[in-house]
Amino acid sequence: MDLPFDVVDLPDTDHPEEGDRVPDFERPLVNDEYWEDVSLSELTDDGPVVLVFHPMDGAFPATYIWNEIRDRGWTEVDNCEVVGVSISTPYEHETLLDERGVDARLYSDPANGVAEQFDIVNDLDGMSGISEPRPAIFALDEERVVQYAWVADEWPDFPDYDEVGDVIEGL
Amino acid sequence: MSDPDITFYRLQACPFCERVTRKLEEYDLDYRSRFVEPMHSDRNVVQRLTGKRTVPAIVDESTGVTMSESANIVEYLDATYGERGMGGA
Repeated sequence: MDLPFDVVDLPDTDHPEEGDRVPDFERPLVNDEYWEDVSLSELTDDGPVVLVFHPMDGAFPATYIWNEIRDRGWTEVDNCEVVGVSISTPYEHETLLDERGVDARLYSDPANGVAEQFDIVNDLDGMSGISEPRPAIFALDEERVVQYAWVADEWPDFPDYDEVGDVIEGL
Repeated sequence: MSDPDITFYRLQACPFCERVTRKLEEYDLDYRSRFVEPMHSDRNVVQRLTGKRTVPAIVDESTGVTMSESANIVEYLDATYGERGMGGA
């Protein structure tokens, strides 16, 4: 975005980088019909996974990010699975998948523990008691080792979709 | 993580589903919970399995049984995993 003022810089964190193995976690994973507890390692056992951390469902960046992912066809590729993570409840995920026509699975993490594990917590000014993940993307191989990492260092911030697209092709 | 034999389709806060939960816990059965949405029209996954959109519904891979209605399910669990069922095994 080209704005006539500085956007908010976020502090450095110790998030996983390329070559690091990310922590495993288990959360309700929502598809368009139901949700059930699924661990990240269960997903990576089936192949590479691109984890997309995004702001809560309903916030415009969540809408923009999933519109972009859908339009680029990333949910239809065979070589990896693109999976979302936000603090929204499974019910809100169902609404997002339905309204956006997205064929993907989304982790629901209202307590934001996964973002804590990944050290990408974004405390929300003006929403007391609520934190969510920073926008972030981690492309993982079958061993949960990071092949590509992007973590927002400004708020708001969006991924470089062309770059991520190249990564997805190469997974 | 091994895949449990029993898949339990349930609705949050549905008393009929909680009745089945209690029974599954009573027999210490390993099961996977799949939560569906409140709107019946959004429950195609259950309809494909049982022909109805009602929950609770279970699929038990170990016996090949798929069924809905909490009274039926409780009766089935008692017969299969209760004292009688265990005794006969």
